[in-house]
Amino acid sequence: MDHPPALTTGTTPHRPAGPRTLHRFANPGRFLRATARVMPFLWGASILVLGVGLAWGLWFSPPDWQQGETVRIMYVHVPMAWLAMGGYTGLAVLSVMSLIWRHPLADLTARELSPVGAAATALCLVTGSLWGKPMWGTWWVWDARLTSVLVLFFLWLGHAALVRAFDDAERGARAGAILALVGIVNVPIVKFSVDWWNTLHQPASVTRLDAPGMHVDILYPLLTCALGFTLLFGTVVLARTRAAVMERRVRALQFARARREDAVPA
Amino acid sequence: MTLHWWHITLSYLLTFGVFAALAIGAALRHRAARRLLDTLDPRADRRGEQP
Repeated sequence: MDHPPALTTGTTPHRPAGPRTLHRFANPGRFLRATARVMPFLWGASILVLGVGLAWGLWFSPPDWQQGETVRIMYVHVPMAWLAMGGYTGLAVLSVMSLIWRHPLADLTARELSPVGAAATALCLVTGSLWGKPMWGTWWVWDARLTSVLVLFFLWLGHAALVRAFDDAERGARAGAILALVGIVNVPIVKFSVDWWNTLHQPASVTRLDAPGMHVDILYPLLTCALGFTLLFGTVVLARTRAAVMERRVRALQFARARREDAVPA
Repeated sequence: MTLHWWHITLSYLLTFGVFAALAIGAALRHRAARRLLDTLDPRADRRGEQP
């Protein structure tokens, strides 16, 4: 049997004590009102920054001395890789919020985040493959970096499937949160795989402790694209979460209507 | 167009296609939910809970 949704009437459900600011947005009405104001700015900023970054990367940045024009794939591949890892770290934070403070919006956001994270990770793998073929001569190799990113992709998919596998959404969210927290161990493995093992994939060239290993003519458009894709990623997740909050309210109202109709004697 | 540019073009098209699909999907879900809410709970609009 389906359980009634937790967010029913627009009032804050009773939850264990936690930070006040976190629970302000447990009220779906307040969340929808607050995010409705920022959504147009977020869409605008995403499109603007991405437009600048991609024009810069595609037309105004120089080709690489060794890779030629193919280096331009980096402007989509590297942001997808960062989003795959950063997004998963965000999923783990949401899971902590869900398990400790039982924040209903953390559950919903995690549920809406995982398909977007899985898409970013899949794009990282596919664009990496498209970059690898002309540079390495192969679409795929089972080295530590590529394999650990593939594991990350399966973790994203597993989370998306697990939270949807239960009739009781709260149980699904809890199972998904535990999976996300177990899977976070893979994120440092992805990051340091190129240092710990011999890989065909190149070592880190931007996020190094000493200094970036690339010229500013390539670094700046890359950072601009990364900012643009991060904004777009966050905006899409927020838009999905807003839709999910409204869908939950619709289900709650339909449930209440069905109960009223059942209560009326024939 | 060289093979390298084919790979570049495909990478960009795939990335933007996937993100566009996600954004359009979210917008369609939001619109459908808002329409249902309008019929189920017309007061919600007066409370300002819908954009």
